[in-house]
Amino acid sequence: MLLLDRLQAGDVLVADGAMGTMLMSGGLKSGDCPERINLDRPELLSDIARLYGTAGADVVQTNTFGGSPLKLAQYDLEDRTEEINAAAVRAVKNAVGPNVLVSGSCGPCGRLLEPYGDANPDDVEASFARQMSALVEAEVDVLCIETMMDLVEAQIAVRTAKKIAPSVPVMATMTFDSTQRGFFTIMGVSVADAAVGLADVGADIVGSNCGNGTADMVKIAAEFRQHTDLPLLIQPNAGLPKVERGLLVYPETPEFMASHVAAMIEAGVNIIGGCCGSTPDHIAAIRSAVDAAVS
Amino acid sequence: MSIVQQLIEKLQKGDAKSVAELTRQAIDQNMGPKKILDDGLLAGMAVVGEKFKKHEIFLPHVLLAARAMYAGLDLLKPLLAKDGIPVIGKVVLGTVQGDLHDIGKNLVGIMLKGAGYEVIDLGKDVPPERFLDAAQESGATIVGMSALLTTTMPVMKQVIDLAKERDMFGTLKFLVGGAPLSVDYAREIGADAYCFDGVNAVECVKSFTVER
Repeated sequence: MLLLDRLQAGDVLVADGAMGTMLMSGGLKSGDCPERINLDRPELLSDIARLYGTAGADVVQTNTFGGSPLKLAQYDLEDRTEEINAAAVRAVKNAVGPNVLVSGSCGPCGRLLEPYGDANPDDVEASFARQMSALVEAEVDVLCIETMMDLVEAQIAVRTAKKIAPSVPVMATMTFDSTQRGFFTIMGVSVADAAVGLADVGADIVGSNCGNGTADMVKIAAEFRQHTDLPLLIQPNAGLPKVERGLLVYPETPEFMASHVAAMIEAGVNIIGGCCGSTPDHIAAIRSAVDAAVS
Repeated sequence: MSIVQQLIEKLQKGDAKSVAELTRQAIDQNMGPKKILDDGLLAGMAVVGEKFKKHEIFLPHVLLAARAMYAGLDLLKPLLAKDGIPVIGKVVLGTVQGDLHDIGKNLVGIMLKGAGYEVIDLGKDVPPERFLDAAQESGATIVGMSALLTTTMPVMKQVIDLAKERDMFGTLKFLVGGAPLSVDYAREIGADAYCFDGVNAVECVKSFTVER
């Protein structure tokens, strides 16, 4: 069944966990372009997708977070935008069963928009359009615009997606910090602004990813629910990373993340996954918790 | 309203054109570059920093205010140099090798310049030796390093280890910042301080420059 139909039917879905964290354990070095792996080692992406599929994810993401030409240009790879995005979709499709939905990840363009930055909105739109066309061409089931901090950029991305592929569902999530005045992105977007602003331009699913950890995400989800009836996607980090004996460690265990699943569903979340630091073990634990909560 | 008060107000609004105009007027009235800088531009940036710290305003606001500050500062710089007014301190700043994220680092640079420091901004993807070479060449005593990626955080330690090798560790203070960082991480790698935002970075730099 298609994504929106399943949500309509009241299913609570499970999304996958971190990509970067998995790539690093797979050998990605500091300073390497993560999307170069799509060309050089697609089998690693299939391995990761398979692990998440086996863990029980209903939605598995492509390794295309930085796959827009504006972002790839930082590594002189913008000419290979189409190949890079297509290879990522293929790698996931080869690895997961027909019931798993493939989500095309689209991260920020990495530049600040005018007038406070130097990026021209038309260039940003063209950049998203090129990446999204490649993802849609390769037949993703859904586009996921994520880790957004500037509502204007997120809105450009959503509009672009709807323009080039009106029938492909669009998920759009933003990243919030906790401040003494509530949750805001670094660009000053509140949860209410995000919920309303993303819905206004046609997002089918809204929510939040990355951030400070699972407990905050329950509050962010509840705030989203006050301002929108759209399905909510929530993908927290496994907390903020710490260094232990020279190694990077994310503090939240699979059990800890899973222990918040009931509260998330209570808050109105429809798709639950993970972001940085979450692993297939985290997703397996979330899967069990979702199954337990809805049964 | 006095000229400095107008400067403070226009700067906060990010009105670069008016800030340049008012700065020129103040210079013409023989106000003295140091006074225009301290009581006008830096006072305005201090208000911006304070509001940013309280999350009353956010990054876009700060960037626009900074652009307005630079519009005035560019006019004052030659005059300050001519008067032989020394800078209160120099800071070498950069995003570490392998990391191309510079929004946070730029914000720290803005806040430091807004507090009157000279900033030697090395940009992004900066190799370890560049940080130390730049400090040596400029005579800066403080090195600020930024990283957004968990994969590039370890480069900060390489810089500090290299400073130890080169016998520069004792004479330099190392500040680190970036989304995935923490006080614990700063301590672990031997940095002198973890700065959680641009305003806090200024506070850290102040505490180290006063010490000397």
